[in-house]
Amino acid sequence: MYQLVIGLEVHIQPSTKSKMFCGCNAKYFGSAPNTYTCPVCLGLPGALPVPNKVAIEKCLKLGLALNCKINKQSKFDRKHYFYPDLPKGYQISQYDMPFCYEGFLEIDTDKDAKRIRITRIHMEEDTAKSIHNENETLIDINKSGVPLVELVTEPDFQDIKEVLAFAKRLRQIVRYLDISTADMEKGQMRFELNMSLKKAGDKGLPKYKVEVKNIGSISVLEKVINYEYERQSKILDDGKNPDQETRGLRDLSGKTHSQRKKEVAEDYRYFPEPDIPPINVDDKWLEEIKIQIGELPQDKKYRFIENFKLEPSTAETIISNKNRAQWFEDAIENEKNHETIALFGKWFIRDVLGMAKVDKIKLKDLKFGGKDLLELVQMIRNGELSGTLAKQVLDEMYKTGAKPQEIVEKRGLKLVSDEGELNEIVDRVLRDNSKVLDDINKNPNIIKFLLGQVMKMTKGKADPQKAMKLIESKLSKN
Amino acid sequence: MIKNKKLTIKQVRKDFANKKYTPEELLADTIKTIETHDSKYHAFVSTTFDEARDALQSDEKKSLWGIPSALKDNFNWIGTKTTASSNILKNYISPYNATVTQRLLDNSACILGKTNMDAFAHGSSTESSDFFTTLNPFDDTRVAGGSSGGSATAVGLNMSVYSIGSETAGSVRGPASWCGLVGFAPTFGRISRYGVIAMGSSLDRPGVMTNSVEDVAILHKILSGQDKYDATSIQEPPQDLTNELENHKRNLKIGLPKQYFDDRIDPDVLENVLESIKLLEKQGAELVDIDLLDPKYSIAVYTVVQRSEVSSNLARIDGIRYGHFSEKNAETLLDQIALNRGEGFGHEAIQRSMTGAYTLSSGYYDAYYKKAQQVRTLIIRDFDKAFENVDVIMAPTMPTTAPKLGVTKNNPIFGELADVLTEPSALAGLPCISIPTGYDKNGLPIGTQIIGKQFDEKSVLTTAHLFEKLLNN
Repeated sequence: MYQLVIGLEVHIQPSTKSKMFCGCNAKYFGSAPNTYTCPVCLGLPGALPVPNKVAIEKCLKLGLALNCKINKQSKFDRKHYFYPDLPKGYQISQYDMPFCYEGFLEIDTDKDAKRIRITRIHMEEDTAKSIHNENETLIDINKSGVPLVELVTEPDFQDIKEVLAFAKRLRQIVRYLDISTADMEKGQMRFELNMSLKKAGDKGLPKYKVEVKNIGSISVLEKVINYEYERQSKILDDGKNPDQETRGLRDLSGKTHSQRKKEVAEDYRYFPEPDIPPINVDDKWLEEIKIQIGELPQDKKYRFIENFKLEPSTAETIISNKNRAQWFEDAIENEKNHETIALFGKWFIRDVLGMAKVDKIKLKDLKFGGKDLLELVQMIRNGELSGTLAKQVLDEMYKTGAKPQEIVEKRGLKLVSDEGELNEIVDRVLRDNSKVLDDINKNPNIIKFLLGQVMKMTKGKADPQKAMKLIESKLSKN
Repeated sequence: MIKNKKLTIKQVRKDFANKKYTPEELLADTIKTIETHDSKYHAFVSTTFDEARDALQSDEKKSLWGIPSALKDNFNWIGTKTTASSNILKNYISPYNATVTQRLLDNSACILGKTNMDAFAHGSSTESSDFFTTLNPFDDTRVAGGSSGGSATAVGLNMSVYSIGSETAGSVRGPASWCGLVGFAPTFGRISRYGVIAMGSSLDRPGVMTNSVEDVAILHKILSGQDKYDATSIQEPPQDLTNELENHKRNLKIGLPKQYFDDRIDPDVLENVLESIKLLEKQGAELVDIDLLDPKYSIAVYTVVQRSEVSSNLARIDGIRYGHFSEKNAETLLDQIALNRGEGFGHEAIQRSMTGAYTLSSGYYDAYYKKAQQVRTLIIRDFDKAFENVDVIMAPTMPTTAPKLGVTKNNPIFGELADVLTEPSALAGLPCISIPTGYDKNGLPIGTQIIGKQFDEKSVLTTAHLFEKLLNN
């Protein structure tokens, strides 16, 4: 068994109208190749970059949300290397004065919360896209100059669950704060994994580091880590050290292959971008951005657990997106009973989200509101409806948008909880099934069978708890 | 009709109004001059006579309508070749306009062609043009200077009334001085760099060459002013000094830095410049001897900063999307880029890219680029301090008059050495102008420069205007 040592680099494409340094549309995904271009993102002679303020604000917003320090005096730098998908021969990035540095994100682990340290968060531009065909390579410039926020963590992850929790929480925060839609399929959030293994108990960092680039989803990230664990541990088992190298992915299986051995650091000849003046991040600007941040998902989770006494897993599911959490909170704003809220949470997650997911419907497009669901849950809690009946009611609410009370009345679904009426029914069931009563001590399931018969006779409208009590009391008397 | 007469924008407009000649006649005459002389003098890399004729159909009320002009070949102009006098871009057609080009065209500019320069502006002679060398209008055995040499000779030989150039150190002031013209470069950022093929981005400044300070003011009003396409452009509206030229400062204090007047300067130049400046003293200006950092330090700083930026700015020209593409078989993409660049770039561009890549390399960055920027800050402070006591600084523009052809041979930093007196102010991004103040014993023009505080184009132009009037009397 080896101990994982993992650090992540995450590229996030902030949602902006235009590209990082020109006026071209940034929503390039799916457009015809080389249609979203101009002299700036094509890197034509004489063209100059003008930074996108909204993109910078989103970078700063993420930094503030992740407890980072902010460089009040920041700047862009040029990072040089030759590649056909890099039109200027350099990428405009940030070298020694990133907008944000030294922050952290707290994630929930099995044991308790853990802080993952954020080394830095900086802003840069994306490259163009190379499309490799059999005998040719084509370049699509649409992606060139699209803004990217790059976040780098310290090598603080020690197991795969931590990495996944971090990735999910980060994606959530980015969406909560409207920094990015973080749509993985559109490449709006990509991971770079830095991973090595050491013997449990060994101090310090291992002598080598394997970098896996361009991981496009959290599920692939998980597969890559598992694959690399196997691969690297085999090498270590043989008493060797894995190579320091960059590895790539061919498909979504998580299998990696060697791309480039890294013996010496590459020289990118960074120097301050002379076309963009240094950027002053003043307190006023930061205050304006702070105001936009609002409650972070993890804070919301703790508040829901605290205020509504939700189970952590329930709270996690509910806060997993902002609209969902808002829907939940709006519905129960006046409800004081924690058991009702807990039951509401269960119905919300299992039934409402379940149905919405199947039909791919957004919460805001549901025909009924949160308050209607609460009314339904309150009817269950008051003994007016059984779970089975409530489900029937909910199905109709979902289809027609009718109010639960109306449905119950129209369809006569109210539970039979009148003692006299139930008494008669239970007596009849006991009479009709007298033969099985003899075995009741041998087979405790018989009692459930009897309850089933009661429900059958009432077409599910008997209050199951009351009916059960009646059956038990009558049997004990016999 | 118009030959041998130094035309100005102001004069031509008066002549048009007085029907002394028509714009069509002036244009035809100018085209004839170009056709007669340019095969020898090589002011132009390409001509745009059709565009110039079409421009006569544009708004005639605009101030540049019908005035023959020339544009340095590093300014993008839609549909025309923009080569920066380089082989690697020799077939490059601009798909967009530089902001300067756009502002000229918006004012009905009549541009007759793109002018020769040192390739990518790397030089002070046009001898490093990948095509040919521009000759000096006063002596065809001498260089016009550079890098805006074509723009200078075009005006000097009446092939245009004014021309657009660009400075990184002395690329406007220098050739203006050697060709007997007024050459002006405003504060860094005052005129947008958008669409000018970059040399040293933190130094590049578009500038103008004219036959009068008044014309400089007319052009400055059109070209200056913030530009949303240039993040380094000064966030101020266009600067209109056309009606301010007479309002020169009373009790003007002129600083004469002794480091610019020593025995490194040609005696003829020294004598003429000092004598000329005395004209201002006679008008009540106070001449103050001042100390500035020795300009020799600027040579080192300028060489490192400029070449570092050059190495980066030229990286985009890889022959993949545009520019020279090698016919040879390359095995890898990187090989292809290396072939394209190796064949396409001239010696000077290669040499500067190599030096610049070296000074930016990890391990050398601190010793070169960073150190150079630190010294640059000292140079800026040095000027700031000087301007606490004086309004403008005056000095020779160039240490000598125009040298003979072939001067750059075996002199790898000829440009940097020739521009020694313009480099400090270029590093500080200060507004400056060169005014023709006389001739040496060979009849070659001498220029005197006036350097102002950052953003203080007004002091520079009012002093220059006064100076010019005194010189003409």
